[in-house]
Amino acid sequence: MILSYIKTFGQYCRFISTVFRQPEKWKVFFKQLVFEINKLGVDSIPLVIIISIFIGAVICIQMTINIVSPMIPSYSTGLATREILLLEFSCTMMSLILAGKVGSNIASEIGTMRVTEQIDAMDIMGLNSANYIVLPKIIGFVLFVPVLCVLSMFMGLLGGALVAQFTDMISMENYEFGIQSFFNEWYVWYAIIKTIVFAYIITSVAAFYGYYVKGGSLEVGQASTKAVVSSSILILLADVILTKLLLQ
Amino acid sequence: MIEAKNISKWFDGQRILYDVSAKFDTGKTNLIIGQSGSGKTVFMKCLIGLLTPEQGEILYDGRRFRDLDNNQKRELRSEIGMLFQGSALFDNETVLGNVMFPLKMFSNMTHDEQLERAHFCIKRVGLSQADDKYPSEISGGMQKRVAIARAIALNPKYLFCDEPNSGLDPRTSIMIDELLSDITHEYNITTIINTHDMNSVLGIGEHIVFINKGHCDWTGDDKNIFRSKSESLNDFVFASKLFREVKVYLEKEYEAHKGDK
Repeated sequence: MILSYIKTFGQYCRFISTVFRQPEKWKVFFKQLVFEINKLGVDSIPLVIIISIFIGAVICIQMTINIVSPMIPSYSTGLATREILLLEFSCTMMSLILAGKVGSNIASEIGTMRVTEQIDAMDIMGLNSANYIVLPKIIGFVLFVPVLCVLSMFMGLLGGALVAQFTDMISMENYEFGIQSFFNEWYVWYAIIKTIVFAYIITSVAAFYGYYVKGGSLEVGQASTKAVVSSSILILLADVILTKLLLQ
Repeated sequence: MIEAKNISKWFDGQRILYDVSAKFDTGKTNLIIGQSGSGKTVFMKCLIGLLTPEQGEILYDGRRFRDLDNNQKRELRSEIGMLFQGSALFDNETVLGNVMFPLKMFSNMTHDEQLERAHFCIKRVGLSQADDKYPSEISGGMQKRVAIARAIALNPKYLFCDEPNSGLDPRTSIMIDELLSDITHEYNITTIINTHDMNSVLGIGEHIVFINKGHCDWTGDDKNIFRSKSESLNDFVFASKLFREVKVYLEKEYEAHKGDK
């Protein structure tokens, strides 16, 4: 089993070395890049907005319910909501959700290209198919993902604000004061750095599983599942390492 | 001309090709025929370079494929056109986009020149009205024709076709065969077609290589395929009822002719 992991890792390294080569035509590459940013990034905005607003609202409600001690100031709800969103939700949890959406999309798209011989057709033409297909996806998503991360932070905070506005659980003044208190700017950069690493993991792992599919539609589905599971585990592993490195 | 010398290929310890040697002439439609599982697709993939044979060598007009460096291999690949069994058209590109793809990636033509060349190729395969359609919006026969147009876009010297008639009705199959034959003669291409369709064999089989259980059992053309002494080839050729009846008819006619003499 360990040997199989080492073999897969070796194959992944070889794949990545093929992907990160100079594109055949820069003009075509930039066209592909814009297309991928739109498909993988911009198309994910609605999902990020919806999830962030609801989770932000839920965090705010739970904080209000659980922080009942008279020793703790009431603005703590806003502060805790902000810290949870910045430190974990908008980067790690959002990346896990995007691993499902973007990862399965990439793995199934490339897997289908493999089983329908579209990748073979490119190889026969003399094109570096891994570079042509995968590089714009990785670069495009890595470039756009900070936008999604920051958007998620704002939408999460907005969700909390909606709870403050439309319920009597916490006043808007307290919530606003809480989200502005003890703000550490580094946490935003920390979240963005983590998200960029996670975006690389999501796209490269999904592309790897899709690229080496053998068989038919059943195997494409299996590759898609493997891509989501593997990238989720790797995201969690990277989360621990990055948190240790960046916050200590 | 493409020449294969003593090609052997193994998969997981199992030998799939045994010392297969064959020559494929320029300006001719060369057919590789054989039953399903006989090794003809593996042989073709070895010829193209998608698979590396464990033994033997492949020569493209005297250039030994194994000895070429990466740049030379890329150069050679730009001289190769390939028609896949399932057409392998790019789903996210229109018919025009598919045909323009190799031009966009590998030629130094301006956009207008690319368009002109792509339109010429599309017209050559008789699909002038389908420029803006996506592969999913056109029939299987049309997809094959688009794939042919894409394969000839860069004026290839070598054209490989993997079962071009699979999944097509007899009339469309004949049309595709005739198109491939016309293009081969028109542009003096070395065309290699992988097939098990006897209609193709009789229609365009100028040079035929018969692969059986990984061995090259017979080579010849459409004129002498019925007179072969190879038992395995006869089993393959006369597998259908129609051809068995033709054989009986020919034998009767031969006997009658002998009796008259």
